[in-house]
Amino acid sequence: MFEVAPFIPFFVAAAIALFVRGWPRALLMVAVPVLGLANLWLLGPGSFGAYSVLDFDLLLFRADRLSLLFGYLFHIAALIAIVYSLHLRDTMQQVASLLYAGSALGAVFAGDLLTLFIFWELLALTSVMLVWARRTGRAYLAGLRYFTLQILSGLLLLGGIIFYAQAHSSLEFGNIGLEDGAQGSMGQWMIFLAFGIKCAFPFFHNWLTDAYPESTPTGTVFLSAFTTKVAVYALARAYPGTELLVYIGATMACFPIFYAVIENDLRRVLAYSLINQLGFMVVGIGIGTSLAINGAVAHAFNDVIFKGLLFMSMGAVLQMTGRINGSELGGLYKTMPKTTVLCIIGAASISAFPLFSGFVSKSMIMSAAIKNGYDWVWLILLFASAGVFHHAGIKIPYFAFFAHDSGIRAQEPPTNMLVAMSIAAALCLAVGIYPQALYSLLPFEMAYSPYDLTHVLTQLQLLFFSALAFVWLNLRRLYPPELPSVNLDVEWLYRRLLPTAARNFVAGVFRLDERARRGALRIIERLLTAMTSHYKPDGIMARSWLTGSMVAGVVLVLGVYLLLGFSR
Amino acid sequence: MSGDKSDFFDKPANIRLMLRVFYGICALLVALDFVVHRHTEFRWEGLPAFYPLYGFVGCVLLVVVAKWMRKFLMRPEDYYDRVELVESDSQRGRGDV
Repeated sequence: MFEVAPFIPFFVAAAIALFVRGWPRALLMVAVPVLGLANLWLLGPGSFGAYSVLDFDLLLFRADRLSLLFGYLFHIAALIAIVYSLHLRDTMQQVASLLYAGSALGAVFAGDLLTLFIFWELLALTSVMLVWARRTGRAYLAGLRYFTLQILSGLLLLGGIIFYAQAHSSLEFGNIGLEDGAQGSMGQWMIFLAFGIKCAFPFFHNWLTDAYPESTPTGTVFLSAFTTKVAVYALARAYPGTELLVYIGATMACFPIFYAVIENDLRRVLAYSLINQLGFMVVGIGIGTSLAINGAVAHAFNDVIFKGLLFMSMGAVLQMTGRINGSELGGLYKTMPKTTVLCIIGAASISAFPLFSGFVSKSMIMSAAIKNGYDWVWLILLFASAGVFHHAGIKIPYFAFFAHDSGIRAQEPPTNMLVAMSIAAALCLAVGIYPQALYSLLPFEMAYSPYDLTHVLTQLQLLFFSALAFVWLNLRRLYPPELPSVNLDVEWLYRRLLPTAARNFVAGVFRLDERARRGALRIIERLLTAMTSHYKPDGIMARSWLTGSMVAGVVLVLGVYLLLGFSR
Repeated sequence: MSGDKSDFFDKPANIRLMLRVFYGICALLVALDFVVHRHTEFRWEGLPAFYPLYGFVGCVLLVVVAKWMRKFLMRPEDYYDRVELVESDSQRGRGDV
């Protein structure tokens, strides 16, 4: 049978999209993810496309239940994002987004590390185009910083692969782990760090909050779906059950919510919230039991859909009003009721309300944490869950669509945007109401039911009292107002400290150089004045001497000769 | 579409009603805690009204700490731009922001 790797349709379509315009291009772009999904469904588990380079056996396509689920997810995400961006007339953005989605699929089905590396770099290369597509000075610079970090991740991956291949003489992309204390652990750590950068581990997270909010309204929807989820997949494939991940994940779930509360740019709030959701997945991977891995993967699936929905609704607001800062928005529900409702569905899903998608996956990670004795981690995750509702569930819809009336009377976004958001919202509800459909696709078999009385009740209690805290703080006017501002984060190190230090260093060198030159000049000048002063009109060499004093001089010289003659 | 006066959330009476329903649900949820027997896995989970208290206190703490963080993290909106954009513009010779 003729087998086509999932990334090929996207790459071919991107090439064709360069030459066609208008409705043929739109048709092509919608058809690709649909046909691709059918292709993947028919392919099923298995592998093909073996080739060898320099004695290494490489494998272009290797599918098991884990990669297949991510494959389905990426097709669905691509379809939604493509429909959302159908109104665009921007060849660069449309071609880049097709290539980007294709690269993600290539990475997920890569059977060996070298193939993974190629698609890893392609992801960086194609996604930065979506940032630059905004065509502003800020987006250009944010894109450069984004690209630098992504390339750094790629280089680390390549270095790690070289070390790993030397130690294990195999390039298979399987369980790598950190435990192996013998030779080659260097490579394992480098690969871990490469995945970590792409997964927005703490201290490496600012590329995400920096670049995603600077992309175009449609570009951010693509960005939020692929890069970080490829990293989650890679971690789940290579480092399941690595305990370090539990603590990294708990940190990721926790600290961004503080930033999200005080951030003004609503898409940046969502970017911080994206890190928070990644934290849950990373904890799940770190625990590593079948329930935990299932939970992490299921949560990745749901997160792509509901985070995409939230980014789409904020993209619609940005598209229609030209603004995205909470301090400038408000009262939009009056003229954008459909967008408001769709945004609220996304908000309910990310907050894990019963009957919405977040509920059925987040609970798996939570219960895996407590079953495996991670009590403190569980408490942190519970706090993070309450915090998610606070900043993503309430803050986003409240400040955009309600709060004080900003006086903006923007219309609903174009139909294709509404359709894309409706598909995502329908998926959120479908998975929330009938989770078994998603569960049946998960990597491990399991019997898990999220809808029992205890779980529903406790979750509702948690969420309603988080909301009560919001209401109480708002009524008491204790809630921090949205302020036009920038909040310092780790990025300050490389956006302010390092450039300033470099500038000061260069300025210091120049100042030193200038001072040295000036000092030398002054010495020369002084020397010259000292010299010339003797030849000036009053100078000792220019004076007209008296005859008497000249005779006296000659007598003196003769006297000296006389003395010398006697002393002989 | 934009009947400015007639919108639902512009009327204080509607807001009051919604808040009252909301408080009612909150009270009901706490009351259920004493009626329903929850199965618990964690030692603190069994405490009465653990989840409502944790949610409320957690969120208030979150906001208080975040507000306090503003004191040393908040900078003017153009904090980075006024340095970075000026430099890049002078390098590239155009000034689109």
